[in-house]
Amino acid sequence: MSKPIIATTSLAGCFGCHMSILDIDDRILQLIELVEFNKSPIDDIKTFTKQCDIGIIEGGCCNSENVHVLKEFRKNCKILISLGECAIMGGLPAMRNGIPVKECLEEAYWGGPTVGLNTEKIMPNDPELPMILDKVYPCHEIVKIDYYLPGCAPRADLIWAAVVALVTGDELNIPYELVKFD
Amino acid sequence: MKEKISRIVENFGNDAARLMDILSEVQSEYGCVSCEAVSAIAENLHISEVDVIQTRSFYHFFTEEQVGKYAVYLNNSVVSCMNGMSDVADEFQKQLGVKFGQKTADGLVSLHYTACIGMSDQEPAAIINDVVFTSLTRNKVAKLVADMRAGKAVNDMVTEFGDGNNANPIVRSMVKNNIMKTGPVVLDAYEVGLGLSKALGMDSKAVIKEVLDSGLRGRGGAGFPTGMKWEFCSREAGDHYVMCNADEGEPGTFKDRVLLTERASMVFEGMAIGAYAIGAKEGVLYLRREYKYMKALLENVLTEMRSENLLGNNILGKGFNFDIRVQFGAGAYVCGEESALIESAEGKRGEPRNRPPFPAQKGYKGKPTIVNNVETFCAAARILDRGAAWHKAIGTPESSGTKVLSISGDCNAPGVYELPWGMSISEMLTMVGASDVQAVQVAGPSGICLPPAQFDRKIALEDLPTGGSMIVIGNKRDLLKDVVLNFMEFFADESCGSCVTCRSFNMILKNSIEKVVEGHGITKDIDDMSAWSEILRKTTRCGLGQTSSNPITTTIKNFRPLYDARVKNVEYQSDFDMSKAVVESCAVVGRSAEIHE
Ligand SMILES: Cc1cc2nc3c(=O)[nH]c(=O)nc-3n(C[C@H](O)[C@H](O)[C@H](O)COP(=O)(O)O)c2cc1C
Ligand code: SF4
Repeated sequence: MSKPIIATTSLAGCFGCHMSILDIDDRILQLIELVEFNKSPIDDIKTFTKQCDIGIIEGGCCNSENVHVLKEFRKNCKILISLGECAIMGGLPAMRNGIPVKECLEEAYWGGPTVGLNTEKIMPNDPELPMILDKVYPCHEIVKIDYYLPGCAPRADLIWAAVVALVTGDELNIPYELVKFD
Repeated sequence: MKEKISRIVENFGNDAARLMDILSEVQSEYGCVSCEAVSAIAENLHISEVDVIQTRSFYHFFTEEQVGKYAVYLNNSVVSCMNGMSDVADEFQKQLGVKFGQKTADGLVSLHYTACIGMSDQEPAAIINDVVFTSLTRNKVAKLVADMRAGKAVNDMVTEFGDGNNANPIVRSMVKNNIMKTGPVVLDAYEVGLGLSKALGMDSKAVIKEVLDSGLRGRGGAGFPTGMKWEFCSREAGDHYVMCNADEGEPGTFKDRVLLTERASMVFEGMAIGAYAIGAKEGVLYLRREYKYMKALLENVLTEMRSENLLGNNILGKGFNFDIRVQFGAGAYVCGEESALIESAEGKRGEPRNRPPFPAQKGYKGKPTIVNNVETFCAAARILDRGAAWHKAIGTPESSGTKVLSISGDCNAPGVYELPWGMSISEMLTMVGASDVQAVQVAGPSGICLPPAQFDRKIALEDLPTGGSMIVIGNKRDLLKDVVLNFMEFFADESCGSCVTCRSFNMILKNSIEKVVEGHGITKDIDDMSAWSEILRKTTRCGLGQTSSNPITTTIKNFRPLYDARVKNVEYQSDFDMSKAVVESCAVVGRSAEIHE
């Protein structure tokens, strides 16, 4: 049987969850034995080249591109996992929810302390740029999510345990300490 | 400004516990409680600015931004919407060229929505600078706007007066009592002082026994035996306090307003009897800000009672001292919860306390306190006059006496009805002239939504308990959209935010019901709502969170087909709409939103 295929992406996240994936340390060698990677920042494959079994999503959706990527993942992966606070709830980026988009953009490009050079008050509008959404959405409000792994960032041991259980079909045994945060 | 604020603070004895009153005066004076005002208040009270800010930010009627010279608060509760609120809102917006949540450029008028203002029998209604305007129509709005533009005093904008004391020269309000049915306990003819003089001739323990034997149970909704509460409280040592809960925030309730208009002395007499029973010298009537128009009337009644020696020192020559002050709220439903009410009366955020200790042990200023509803005190005054046995004989064995109901919604004769406990819902509906009824919302949003199959059930604490709110919902209404969604918006707004589950689940439940109403729901949403409601109910500190999912759970239980007709039986469906989600950002940079789908 061929190895299960994993894809990962970071949407409106900080890459902290991906760092946490790397925190499995030398188990990454075992992981490579267990699975094959497709589209992912880990191997730098930019587009899906085949159907995958597991898609791991870091971050929620703050702009139109995030939504497109997430929908691509849903199309190309049998199982989708929301990894970490931002994917599950919107996380820190969602702190802007409730503040009008106009105010956020003006603060970011005109008013903020580091944008003194933008004296002409230009608002970035290159056709290549995705559009900011009215608020940051958690992934499960855009597509169906099958599993949630909590944490900010989720512990490497949790990610490892979950992926191994999924791949091997063994029961998932998560010690309480791995999902307890206070 | 600094000097003026010093004076205001001084008028309240430089006492931080009177912060509510201080903020209220500042808000009226300046149309806001600005940062500058906050500093001045904090300095004068010797407390930190954040202490002032945290109280200010809790209440709907205190604002950091200046409201208009005329601040219009239009009620958007269920019954108001049923009676054409959206037309009225539309007319205000059209006439003034601004939306709700905004202020005209000249600062003349600001438009705000507000939760139920206790006028459900005469909606749509609005409050403008503490003056109530009822039964609004497009024409009346046009007239009001013209008056505001002409700079008329708000009081002069009232052209017709209501019945009873509403027409009293010191009230001059257009609010109507709409008393449709009087009963023997509360609304029967009444002479002030009879109950109190009998009580003062008895031992305080005997007064408590009389109330216990009468079977009187709290009229605020929970139905706790009043005599038992008084007895617990009387056992505690030290100073005691009496508080009357006139927050009346449950949407669809308005009977306390009518009782305070027509029976204020009976309420105060009941408080004095309670004070004598537990050994209190001071009482507080906590009145919702929406009823500020009654202030002069209530103060007048207090003055009269003092001059008749029914309040004050050595009452009726029996060596008993007791007096009452009126404390106004500032727009927060949760302040009706008794411990939140106490916090608020102490000048703080209206956040419910952990219990125990109960207010009867540690209440106002940390001292043993009884908190009772307006109607409970009225009943106590009558019971002392006519006797426990007389009261016990009215109603049902478990619910003695009468209940004053506030009936509104789709019926011919909305208003106040005093009925013996035990009447069935169908009898009630016949009485108020309601036909074609889809449901009755019993006891307000926190109560239950009752289907016709259960209309033979009885209004009684042992069957259908209620604090008085009865909303009749006709067949033409969209129950999920017009009622359930409106109620969930109310709870999401009114949660005090202390408990994580109440703060978040009310919002999540509101979003879920909205998703169903808009046709994006799936069967799993219904199951999720049920499961989350259960968590919410079990993990919250006060009655708000424990009951706020009732609009959803009781309609899922009693009106399941309405849900099934609206949801798809698919595994997943998103209500995300890209073209809507990018409208704002596209507008900022000047792109068309369509291209993004
Ligand atoms: C969110 C919430 C709001 C309440 N609002 C009111 C109210 O407006 N008036 C009232 O009398 N009781 C209200 N109550 C009930 C009070 O906490 C308390 O039970 C009542 O004032 C006791 O008086 P009673 O025994 O005379 O009914 C509310 C309770 C909760 C949880
Ligand atoms: S249940 Fe809700 S309203 Fe009550 S204390 Fe908790 S957060 Fe506040």
